[in-house]
Amino acid sequence: MRYLTARKRAEAKGASGTGTDHHWHMQISSVGLAFIVPPFIYVFGKALGSSHENVLETFARPFPALLTALVLVFGLQHFRKGAETMIEDYARGLTRKILIIFLTIFTYGLTATGLYALAKIAL
Amino acid sequence: MVQLTLPKNSRMRTGKTWPKPEGATNLRKFRIYRWNPDDGENPRVDTYFVDMDDCGPMVLDALIKIKNEIDPTLTFRRSCREGICGSCAMNIDGINTLACIYGMDEIKGDVRIYPLPHMEVVKDLIPDLTHFYAQHESIMPWLETKSNTPAKEWKQSIEDRAKLDGLYECVMCACCSTACPSYWWNSDRYLGPAALLHAQRWIIDSRDEATGERLDDLEDPFKLYRCHTIMNCTKTCPKGLNPAKAIAEIKKKMVDRHV
Repeated sequence: MRYLTARKRAEAKGASGTGTDHHWHMQISSVGLAFIVPPFIYVFGKALGSSHENVLETFARPFPALLTALVLVFGLQHFRKGAETMIEDYARGLTRKILIIFLTIFTYGLTATGLYALAKIAL
Repeated sequence: MVQLTLPKNSRMRTGKTWPKPEGATNLRKFRIYRWNPDDGENPRVDTYFVDMDDCGPMVLDALIKIKNEIDPTLTFRRSCREGICGSCAMNIDGINTLACIYGMDEIKGDVRIYPLPHMEVVKDLIPDLTHFYAQHESIMPWLETKSNTPAKEWKQSIEDRAKLDGLYECVMCACCSTACPSYWWNSDRYLGPAALLHAQRWIIDSRDEATGERLDDLEDPFKLYRCHTIMNCTKTCPKGLNPAKAIAEIKKKMVDRHV
């Protein structure tokens, strides 16, 4: 039990001076994803279940390839920031930090893998 | 991690059932949370029967009747009995509200009364609001000015005064903050809807000259941005205010000065 005043507990370490960046990024990416995800689902859905050659041909075309790249980059960034908020909500202390590091590695890794695969198909 | 189950010493047990008043025909059953820090026992839920033919219409009337006529050890806060002081905030029938303005005719079946959720309990229906009040204090709920004090008064136009409507009426009952899941999990860092509604009240006051400092103090992922627009605050506010909208207005101002 630490002898701290109620005001000291409420103030804690003060404001970090960040937060609006994250909030604004989520707003922008939400709007952007609302436009690019439906056509991506259409393109992906059309390719789903078709032959291997057909899938390669689809994603070698500029529009599906660029669309997929955009969804990979912006979708996963949006996911990372959203999941980070969720971790901050429910995890504490060192667990919170470790989970955020893991999440960052996971999303950047997934983005890089996806872009590499796409480049192999499209280029 | 967030603790989703109650610790052993907080698990409730069935308490005492108090005798029915003699000769009463119009009885209502009250199931009320009881906890006394001095007896070392777990919390319990006591059952009381109130003669509705001899009781006022509000939940607070029944609580006062129980305390006066059945069980004087029942402990709760109350003062104005007309929704102005915010003292009698408690969880009635699953809703955080003020007992003095919540009619018993709005409740079907037994009346279940608990303290405000997710707060330390001092005794029975009394939550510990120390941290809640300290958070309110931290947003500087007063007029901050830098200009020289005018000879007569700080003037405000009718239009600017109207902007405070829907904000100044908050009585700090804590119903909104204690209904907010974000506040449950992160009340140590998240200010909660009540404090943020008050923050907005001072940010938009045309006479206040510390808008920048006030926004600086809220520029934090936890203090402000833990609000996920769940809207429980607005749904539960017994005064009909909209803390979620006030928080959204602060976020808009943050973005305005950022972009």
